[in-house]
Amino acid sequence: MTTTPSRRPARPASLPPRGLPGLDPAWSRLVPSPDADGRVRTWHVLDTAPDAGADGPGVRGTLLCVHGNPTWSYLWRDLVARGAAAGWRVVAVDQLEMGYSERTGVRRGLAHRVRDLGALVETLGLTGDVVAVGHDWGGVIATGWAAAEDAHARARAGAPAGRHRAVERPRRLAGLVVMNTAAAHPAEDPAPGPLRLATLPGVLPLVTSRTDAFLRTTLALTHPPLAADVRAAYRAPYRGAADRAGVEDFVADVPVGPAHASRPAIDEVAAGAERLGRSGLPALVLWGPRDPVFGEEYLRDWRRRLPGADVHRFEGAGHLLPEDADVAGAVLRWLDTRLGSPAAPPAEEEATAPEGSPHVPLWTRLDERADSAEEAVVEMGPDGVARRVPWSLLHRRTQEIAAGLLEFGVEPGQRVSLLVPPGADLTAAVYAVVRIGAVGVLADAGLGLRGLTRAVRGAGVDVVIGVSRALVGARVLGWPGRRVAAGPVADEVLRLTGTRVTLADLAALGARRLAEGVALPPAPEPSAEAVVLFTSGSTGPAKGVVYTHRQLSELAAAMGATIRIGPGQGLVSAFAPFALFGPALGATCVVPAMDVTRPATLTASALAAAVAASGSTSAFLSPAALVNVLATADALDDADRAALARVQVLLSAGAPVPDALLQRARTLMPLADPRSPYGATEVLPATDVSLDEVLAAGAGEGICVGRPVEGAVVAIAPLDADGHAGEQLVLDADVTGEVVVGASHVKDHYDQLWLTQADSVAVRAPAGAAPRRWHRTGDVGHLDAQGRVWIEGRLAHVVVTGTEVVTPVGVEQRAESVPGIARAALVGVGPRPARQLAVVAEASEPVARTSVADPELAEAVRTATGRDLVAVLLVPALPTDVRHNSKIDRVRVAAWAGRALAGERVPPLVPGRAGGRRR
Amino acid sequence: MRVLVTGASGMLGRETARAFARRGDAVRVLQRRPSGLEGTEEVLGSITDPDAVRAAVAGVDTVVHLAAKVSITGPHAEFVAVNVDGTRTLLAQARAAGVRRFVMVSSPSVAHAGSALVGAGTTPADPGAAHGSYAVTKGQAELLALAADAPGFAVVAVRPHIVIGPGDTQLVQRIADRARAGRLPLLDAGTALIDTTYVDNAVDAMLAAADRADVAHGQAFVVTNGEPRTVAEVFARICAAAGVPAPTRRVPAAAAKVAGSVVERVWTWGRLPDEPPMTRFLAEQLSTAHWFDQRRTREVLRWAPRVPLDEGFRRLAGGFGR
Repeated sequence: MTTTPSRRPARPASLPPRGLPGLDPAWSRLVPSPDADGRVRTWHVLDTAPDAGADGPGVRGTLLCVHGNPTWSYLWRDLVARGAAAGWRVVAVDQLEMGYSERTGVRRGLAHRVRDLGALVETLGLTGDVVAVGHDWGGVIATGWAAAEDAHARARAGAPAGRHRAVERPRRLAGLVVMNTAAAHPAEDPAPGPLRLATLPGVLPLVTSRTDAFLRTTLALTHPPLAADVRAAYRAPYRGAADRAGVEDFVADVPVGPAHASRPAIDEVAAGAERLGRSGLPALVLWGPRDPVFGEEYLRDWRRRLPGADVHRFEGAGHLLPEDADVAGAVLRWLDTRLGSPAAPPAEEEATAPEGSPHVPLWTRLDERADSAEEAVVEMGPDGVARRVPWSLLHRRTQEIAAGLLEFGVEPGQRVSLLVPPGADLTAAVYAVVRIGAVGVLADAGLGLRGLTRAVRGAGVDVVIGVSRALVGARVLGWPGRRVAAGPVADEVLRLTGTRVTLADLAALGARRLAEGVALPPAPEPSAEAVVLFTSGSTGPAKGVVYTHRQLSELAAAMGATIRIGPGQGLVSAFAPFALFGPALGATCVVPAMDVTRPATLTASALAAAVAASGSTSAFLSPAALVNVLATADALDDADRAALARVQVLLSAGAPVPDALLQRARTLMPLADPRSPYGATEVLPATDVSLDEVLAAGAGEGICVGRPVEGAVVAIAPLDADGHAGEQLVLDADVTGEVVVGASHVKDHYDQLWLTQADSVAVRAPAGAAPRRWHRTGDVGHLDAQGRVWIEGRLAHVVVTGTEVVTPVGVEQRAESVPGIARAALVGVGPRPARQLAVVAEASEPVARTSVADPELAEAVRTATGRDLVAVLLVPALPTDVRHNSKIDRVRVAAWAGRALAGERVPPLVPGRAGGRRR
Repeated sequence: MRVLVTGASGMLGRETARAFARRGDAVRVLQRRPSGLEGTEEVLGSITDPDAVRAAVAGVDTVVHLAAKVSITGPHAEFVAVNVDGTRTLLAQARAAGVRRFVMVSSPSVAHAGSALVGAGTTPADPGAAHGSYAVTKGQAELLALAADAPGFAVVAVRPHIVIGPGDTQLVQRIADRARAGRLPLLDAGTALIDTTYVDNAVDAMLAAADRADVAHGQAFVVTNGEPRTVAEVFARICAAAGVPAPTRRVPAAAAKVAGSVVERVWTWGRLPDEPPMTRFLAEQLSTAHWFDQRRTREVLRWAPRVPLDEGFRRLAGGFGR
C-alpha cells in the first residue's frame, strides 16, 4: 500500500487546549515516530505512564486505545483515568490526520493505518502485556494491529500461525477489546447504513470536511445527549475544513465494493480476527445496540470470528458507547477476571460444579417411545375437540424436521427463534432444533411486541420459525433471520413476509432425506448451548438465559421431581417451557383451549375439558389463569365439576400466588393440595411449597415459598445499611438479604451480558456448603428457623431511609389487610438521609383519578403497617408486568410518587387507565 | 434567664412567653395590644418605636423576637417598616442593653424560591429569590440578625414551619372558615407533601434555641414535626378538628398561581380589609412540596418534637371544643 499524494495542507501536531472536561493535561504528550513509510510524524497521545516501562514496578500492562472516526483520544478519558488508577499504563492515540496529531497531507488507507500504529508501538517501546482496545474504525485498526502482532510473535516462535493453542500466547499481545465496530465488511454491502449517502460522489467532502455535518451527526448519537462542554471538546480539534481532511478520508476508506483499494486490507483484518479467535486470545466485545452504523449483524459477525469472546450488550446504549455506558468499568472488571487481578486470584466465575447425574439427552424418552401409540401431546380445540398426537408421530415428526432443518442449511450453534404457541408443532420443532445442535430461542409473547423485537434482534437469530402473526411481526419489525412458517399460514402472508418454507415443507423434505438413508448427526456435546429462554422483562429489559444440553436435562429432572410428574402421566398446562420438558419426562402435555399469550383467557370450562379429554390429574396454571378459572366457575356443569374434582396436583407459579387464591382453587379441586413453586427463568424451580405448608407457616415478613427443591440450596447475601447485598453468603435464619440459589440446574450464563452474568454469580459460598452453581435472584428475603424461604420483594425495590432498610412485601401485605386497600406498593420519597415512606395503592372501590386517602384510611394503613407513612395515595391502577399482571413496577411507582408528592402535576400512573371505570 | 418575648399576641409568641414563665424565667412581653398573659411583665408598644423597644430590652439577657407583619398582602413599605427596620432597631437596642442571647424567629419561606423542597436542609435566607413581601422582608431581617452575631451576643435563627395549634388565627382558623364557606379548594389532587409543626413543639424549639445559643449561634434552623403529610390530609385533618367538611373541589395549581397573582395586586392596590382568597404565594405554598431534613436541628438544639402530629390534631379538636 502506498500513500496517495495530496495537496492537502500540512499542520504540525499540538497539545489539546487546557480545560477540556475530564481530560488531564498531564496525560498529553507529543511523540515523533516513523509512519508506515518511514517518515517521522508527530502523534498526540494520552499516556499515563510514559516513563514506566510496562514491565515497571506496579504496572500491570498497557491498554492501547484506538479511537474511530470522527472522534479522538478524548473518547477514552474515563478509561485513561480509571485504568491508571487500577494499575494500567493507558496509551490512547490520536491517529495521524485526526485529533491533535499531525496533519501530514497524506491520505491513509486501512493497511497504512495499521502499520502506522505498529510503528508507533515500537517507538513507544511497549513491552509486557498489551491489550488492544478499539472503537468504530479504531476497532478495525486495533484488530489489524493485534493480528499482525500475533502473527509476528508466532513467526518468531517458529510456529504456524493460527494453530489452535499450538503455541503459548505471545508475550506482548494479551487481549483484545472492541466495541461498535466491524471485523469484516461484506463486499456486496456498499457501506453501513447512513454512511452510504456520505459516500456518494460530491456529497462526501460536503458532509465530512467542508462542513462538520458528519461530526455533528455522530456526536448527536448519544443517549442521553452529550453535555455542551463535552460536545465542544470532541469538536475542538476539528474546527476548520483542513482539520477535517482525515475525517473525509476515513469515510472514503470504507471499502465500498470488491474493487475498493482497502478491500484486501479489510479482508486481511477479518481473517486475522478469525485467527485470533482460534488462538484463544482473551477478547471482549462491548456493544451499544442503538447504532445506526454498526448494526447487530456486525456483532453477530464478531461472535462468529471470536467464538470464545466475552460479549456484553448495553441495552439502550448506542454508537458512541463510551459516552452511553460504563465502558471503563466493564473493561477493568473484565481485565481483572480474564488477565488476573493483582490483588486477588482470578475470579472463579464459572463455578465448576459437580454435575448431579450422568448426562441423559433431552430426547431420550422420546426416542424410547418411538413406537408408542400412546398420547404425547393433546391439544384442545376451541370447539372442545382434542387433537391427539401419539409418541410415534411426535418422534417421527421431530426426526423429519431435524433432517429438514439440516437440509435448509441450519448449522450447529445457529440460533432458531420459535414463535409458536405450545402444542405439538412447538414440541416437535424445539426437539428438532436442539437435536441437531442448533440453539432454540424461546421468547414469550407476553414480553409484548417491543420486548419481543428486542429479544429476537438481540439474540442474533439466524432462523425464525413462527406462526402467521409472528411472521408478520418479523417482517414489519425487521427481525433478522430466514423465516419458516408454522401452522396454517395464508399464501398472502407467506408472500408478503418473504417466507418460502413451512414447517410441513421441512418435515417432508427431511422425510425424503431420511428415506434416502441420511442419518442425523451425532448428539451435541453436553456442554454445547441448547436453548435461550427469556426472562419476563418485568424488572428491566428481558434477558436471554442460556442453558446447555446438560443443564437442560438437569432442569427437566428438577421440574419432574418438583411437579411430581413422570412417564405415563399427563399435565394440563399452557406454560411454554412444558413443551420442552413434557417429552423429556415421558409425560403427556395437554394444552387447554385459550389464547396462550394471555393467561387470563383460560376458563374453568376449558380447563375441565382438557382434564376430561386427557384423563390428566395434574394442572399447572399461572396465577392470572387461575384467577380467571375461579371467576368463570359458574359456567361449569356437573361433568366439568366431576372432571376437576379428579385433579390431584395443582401448581401455580410465575408470580407470587396469594393464599386466598389457592384456597378458593381447592373448592373446585378438593383432592388437590395446591402447590406454588418459586423460581426464575435462571433457576426453574428453586423452592416448592404447598398451601397447607403456607397456612401452617402463618404470618411472617414476606411470602413463604417453602423449602429448596431436591438438590438445591438457598442462601442469603445479607443487606448492608445501604441496602446493598454483598458477595458473602450465609445460611443463618432471620437474616434479610438477596436470595441466592445454588443448584446444578441453574442457567449456564446470560446471553451476551457478560457483566450481568459476572454479577449474577459473584458470591462467596457459605461456610460448609458444597461447591455448586449459584444464581443471585435479585429477590430479597430470609430463611426461617425451619429452613423455609420467605420472599420480601425485589432488591431494586428495597427502600433505604435515613435509619433503616425496609423490604416492601411485608409492609404491603399489612397495608392490604386494611379494608378498602386492594393492592399496595411501598415506595421511598425524598433524598436518602431524610427519605420517607409512602404507600401507593389501588382501592377496593376503584378511584377514577389519583387521590389522597382520607385521614381515617391513612391512619388505618399507618397503624396496620406500623410505619409513619407520609402519604397513602390511591390510584386507579398500579403498573404491572404484561405477563402476570401481578409484579408491580415499584421503581416506576416510586418515581411517579416522588413527583406527585413534590406537588408536580403528574400524568396518571398507568396511562389510559385513569379517569374512567375501565378495569 | 430574663427574657423578652416580642409579638406575644400571636399564638406562638403567647405560648412561648408562657413556657419561659412556667419554667421559672422572668418574662417580659412587648406588643401593641394587651396580651392578657399572667405572670409576665408587659410593655405595650410597637417594634418600630425605639423608645418602646429600649424600655423593653432594659435588664433582660435573652430576646425572642417574634413580632412581625405576617399578612399575605399589603403595601411592601409596611412589611419593611415592621419586619426589617423593627428588627434592626431591636438588634441595636438589645446589644446596647447587654443582651447575650437573641433568638430570631423566622420562616422557611425566606429561603424558598418557589420550587419543591423535598427533604431539604436549611439553606441561607435569599430575599432576592423569595416570593411575597412577607418572605422577602423576613429574609432580610434574618440576614441582619445573623450578621449581628458576635462574641457575647449569640444570635440563633429559628424557622418553624406551618405552626398549628388551638387558637391559631393565622392558618387553622382561616382554613376552617373557608372550608365552612365552601371556599377551600385543593390545588391539583392536594398531593404535595408539607411539614407542619404542632405549637408545643415549636415552643420547645424556642426554649432550646435560647438554651443552646452558645453552640447554635450564627446559624438558622428549620423546625417541624418531622412528619410530612399531603396538603389534602393536612386540610382534611384541620377540617375534621374544626368539625367542618373537608374540601373536595379541585383547582389546577397553575391556574391558581395565575389567579393568585392578579388577586394579590388587586387586593394590594385596593387596600381591601380582609385577606384575599388566593395569592400567588399561597398557591405556591399549597401546591409545592416543602418538607425538611430535621437531623441537624435536632442534633444542635438537642430538641425533638414531644407532641406527635396525631396527638396535635386531637388537641386541636379539643381547642375547637370537640
